[in-house]
Amino acid sequence: MTELISKYLPLKRSKKRNRRKRALTFSVLGVILLLILVGSGFLIDTQGLVVNFDEANSAPSWSHPFGTDWLGRDMFVRTVKGLSLSFWVGLLAAFISGVIALILSLLLLVNKTLDSLVTGLIDLFLGVPHIVALILISFMLGGGLYGVIIAVALTHWPRLARLLRAEIMQIKNSEYISVSRHMGKSWFWIAQHHILPHLMPQLFIGFILMFPHAILHEASITFLGFGLSSEQPAIGIILSEAMGYLSSGMWWLAVFPGLMLLVMVAVFDSLGRNLRKVFDPFKGQKH
Amino acid sequence: MLKVNNISFGYNSEHGVFKDISLSLKPGEILGLYGKSGIGKTTFAKIIAGYLKPDTGSVVVDGETYPFKRRNPVQLIGQHPENTINPRWQMNQVLGESGVFSDEFLRELGISNEWMHRFPSQLSGGELQRFCLARALVPETKYLIADEMTTMLDAITKAQIWETVLQLIKQRQLGMLVISHEFPLLKRTCHRILDFEDLLGKN
Ligand SMILES: Nc1ncnc2c1ncn2[C@@H]1O[C@H](COP(=O)(O)OP(=O)(O)OP(=O)(O)O)[C@@H](O)[C@H]1O
Ligand SMILES: [Mg+2]
Repeated sequence: MTELISKYLPLKRSKKRNRRKRALTFSVLGVILLLILVGSGFLIDTQGLVVNFDEANSAPSWSHPFGTDWLGRDMFVRTVKGLSLSFWVGLLAAFISGVIALILSLLLLVNKTLDSLVTGLIDLFLGVPHIVALILISFMLGGGLYGVIIAVALTHWPRLARLLRAEIMQIKNSEYISVSRHMGKSWFWIAQHHILPHLMPQLFIGFILMFPHAILHEASITFLGFGLSSEQPAIGIILSEAMGYLSSGMWWLAVFPGLMLLVMVAVFDSLGRNLRKVFDPFKGQKH
Repeated sequence: MLKVNNISFGYNSEHGVFKDISLSLKPGEILGLYGKSGIGKTTFAKIIAGYLKPDTGSVVVDGETYPFKRRNPVQLIGQHPENTINPRWQMNQVLGESGVFSDEFLRELGISNEWMHRFPSQLSGGELQRFCLARALVPETKYLIADEMTTMLDAITKAQIWETVLQLIKQRQLGMLVISHEFPLLKRTCHRILDFEDLLGKN
């Protein structure tokens, strides 16, 4: 029996460690991929964006791997530019959303009235279809870059806020928090020292996982015409313009940008999932 | 003076744990409370230390009632130290939360220096209990409620810790309530011993 246990335990632990290592490797790979994408958005030669009717409407080739559009602009350059814009919009929107989620969920510590207000707001936002709220807010703000960022930021916090709120509630009710209160510590001190460090992994993963949503939603409202304006090199703009040319057989206008958008979203999603696996052993510090 | 006036408490409205209990504890006094398992001693201790609110009656600490805005002069040492410590903190952070302690004081409580960088999950219940005791014994503390404080310790460690605690109680003139089902321990340490059944019966 003891032999069995001693054989089984180290095996289980090493398996767990291996899984964590793999998750870490994938996370690093994801970060590198994203860095390459964002970096190339900065560094890429914008010569390809110049209108060049001689090369208009050409199918993918070695000199234009994603083909060119009706103005002769290189679709690869446009796609990379579009993705990098999506990245920054997503980053800003997800960051603002994360901050909103954190602050609102921490109101639980202040008083009951504020907390029930927050809960009501969460339910309200989760009750309205996402895309409707997005279009409404973006439209109200007059669209454009800031309209989109704020619309995406204001619609993505509720899920994370609900998660964080549940976590805070659990910590708040634990005995060591009562002990801390009886040591005369304020709720502010407790939030800072006991609760925030505990929430950080959750918050970070929530933020990463919000990214793909933010990017897809930005692209979709832009596609629908409520988001970024047509001068911006956005993926949503590229896709909606491409719609008009699909019937003339220019499939590459939509296929490559669409695929690249999906790849970026998938990379973020897998990064979030793998990071969760990396952080998981810290949950509770129980070995 | 720590005064408990006619308190009643129940975890739910149908079943009361106890009714109409009164008690007083003077500075410098060590009072023992004896009673069988499940009778309500821990519940009583939590009320005295302000962790639970009594349904009726009051707890008056040197003329003041709960809740205090400052550090509670009544400190509770519980039965389950592992729940009273943040599981993600190293032990030096745990001590740091309540104050600065001299090496000598920590040594007297049997706290080893190499435990300071460990997490609570890497220490035994008895080892954790010493940390709980240390952080409860800050200068602001006037009353100490010890609920089965040393039940999980071996005889030698137990004797060593009690010696330190009793000396401190005497030196600082703290009031102490010792809750235990070990009658010999109470007999050795306390000035006066109460049976919880008697307290219950008196109403
Ligand atoms: N959180 C709770 N909710 C409901 N009932 C509880 C709760 N905690 C304790 N009780 C009940 O209240 C009664 C008193 O419990 P308490 O822990 O005060 O007993 P005790 O005298 O300290 O026992 P022991 O000597 O075993 O520690 C018990 O019947 C117990 O089941
Ligand atoms: Mg008990």
